[in-house]
Amino acid sequence: MFDNLQLLFVWAPIINVQVILDGIFVGAVFALCAYGLALVWGVMNIKNLAQGDFVILGGYLALVLHSWNLPLPVILVIVTIVMFVYGWSIYALIIRRIVDKDMFVSLLATFGLSLLMQQAMNLYFGPEVQTIDMKLPVIDAFDNMVTIPYSKIISLALAGIITAAVVIFMKKSRTGQAIRATAQDARAARVLGIDTDRVYAFTFAFNSALCGAAGVLVSVIWVIQPFYGITYSVRTFAIVTAAGLGNLPGVISAAFGIGLFEKYTGMIVGTAYEVAAPVMILLLVLIIRQINMKRNRQVVR
Amino acid sequence: MMRRSTFITYAGLGLFGILGPILFPAYTLSIAYLWMMVLMASTWDILGGQMGYNSLGNITFFGVGMYVSAIIQIAIFYEPGVREYTSAMGAIKPEFTDQQYYWGIFLGIFGGAIAALALSLIFSTFMFGLRGPYFAIGSLGLAIAAAEITVTINYVGGASGISMPMFPGDIEFRSVFFYILCFILAVLAHLVIRGMLSTQFGLAINAIRDDEDKAEAMGLPTLIYKQIGWGVTAVFMGAIGAVAGNMAGFIDKEVAYPVPTFGIFMVAMVLLGGKGTLWGPVLGAIIFHIVKETTWTYLLGWQWVTLGLILIINIVYFQQGIMGWLQSKYPEMFGIVVDQSNINQEKKES
Repeated sequence: MFDNLQLLFVWAPIINVQVILDGIFVGAVFALCAYGLALVWGVMNIKNLAQGDFVILGGYLALVLHSWNLPLPVILVIVTIVMFVYGWSIYALIIRRIVDKDMFVSLLATFGLSLLMQQAMNLYFGPEVQTIDMKLPVIDAFDNMVTIPYSKIISLALAGIITAAVVIFMKKSRTGQAIRATAQDARAARVLGIDTDRVYAFTFAFNSALCGAAGVLVSVIWVIQPFYGITYSVRTFAIVTAAGLGNLPGVISAAFGIGLFEKYTGMIVGTAYEVAAPVMILLLVLIIRQINMKRNRQVVR
Repeated sequence: MMRRSTFITYAGLGLFGILGPILFPAYTLSIAYLWMMVLMASTWDILGGQMGYNSLGNITFFGVGMYVSAIIQIAIFYEPGVREYTSAMGAIKPEFTDQQYYWGIFLGIFGGAIAALALSLIFSTFMFGLRGPYFAIGSLGLAIAAAEITVTINYVGGASGISMPMFPGDIEFRSVFFYILCFILAVLAHLVIRGMLSTQFGLAINAIRDDEDKAEAMGLPTLIYKQIGWGVTAVFMGAIGAVAGNMAGFIDKEVAYPVPTFGIFMVAMVLLGGKGTLWGPVLGAIIFHIVKETTWTYLLGWQWVTLGLILIINIVYFQQGIMGWLQSKYPEMFGIVVDQSNINQEKKES
């Protein structure tokens, strides 16, 4: 089991570069959907378990658009817009009615949504594993020990551009300010004339658009399949619970951390554990938080 | 003293339970699954409805019970051992005598229940500090992690699963046998829950649901109550898991840890029937099972989409469930005394 440990640190340390690069590519995609979840969770207290299915839906849309021979940036823009509209309609149909309900209700309703989406995608696109082949060259570095496909570099750059745009949008624009104000105190925001219902709708649609963009990148650099959504959901939950809400640098670093952890786990103890790794992290984070909370509780004995 | 309506309900369900497989022999296994779902919903309600701890991970115990019983059934009467059996991937069909098979299955059910109980005690040491949605997410994580870890254990067949020992009797007797097991377990679970809720335990877990901090401040040993509640859930889930494994004949990750199906169905059934009531889960399970079987028959291919829709509509528009709705509509039927002045006051305020 631990043969690869020697490989990593004794025989060919250069493979570390490969693992780290893969982790960074993974983390960049996770960061997008995790930031979306952090927004929705922080602003409207909805825990969206369908997060991963939004990602996969974005990926399938990209697949359809790619079959029409559109270039990647155009696909990205179209998918983002479509997913924005989709998120808005989901908000109007479902989420609007559970915003002020108990938190478990949001978990269950979005789980139902996730079930619905994955099965609908399964019926429409079929259960095969699919991917977009961009037919781009691959860079071989360090005596062919490390391979870096161009598509991964492009998607990393795109993820960086999207993240930067989101940060600027949230800081500068009027809507971004309204979202942050609503997250801080919804009632006060309403008093000051912010239409919080519209802000909620926009936030949810924005999250859906971010997930869609992440889905495009996923379909370019890995594979998509209707039932892969839940693993992305679990990863984003792990990232957001680890980073805390409304903490963009925290979310990004946690995303890269989980990406790296996952790749190293896959390398050292075997790829079978790669899926279990983020779940373990999630449980670990929850337990550590609970121990910290216990320390703060005052018990009289 | 049993109330008359309660007596009629018990008599009706009991008659259906006994006469069901005799009158409709073609549906024996389907009714067996109905009792299984009644058990799952009722045990979920101990934590979810009565105690306010919404667990999405009860299915872990189901899977653990299933695997433990498989190991026990194979290990005690098959000489070369479990590893030989699983590595052959179902090619080995050991000849068990009738007596060996039945001993194996009963010991398996027992062992599955004990293993699930032990696991629930281990989990409870770190899970019960989590509150509200964190408990739900954490328990969902437990179920997914358990499934992923099971796949990597080669001793129990890893990703290729285990095929269970062959049933010695003919196929009709087989379904009746498993039907009886499911029915007995469901009745047992219902009676145990009913008994527990009528004692101080029921009041204590309701206090935990309403305000855990106050309950603790009043001197209730909350952790012990939570452990008992989850332990009872785990025992029954482990036992029914063992039965379900033998009923299915072949177990792997998808059969043992059906997180997106039974793991969510049991919550949906409780919500449909009305959570926090004794009869809500039973009623919800029966209605849900009928709807499920009908969609399976008439909407094949779209059944999952329909189920997802039912789940969403149920949660978004009809949260209190059938029993909850009845309770608020006809409170006198449930022996609840409504203070009229309170209602008038609320009406004035709103």
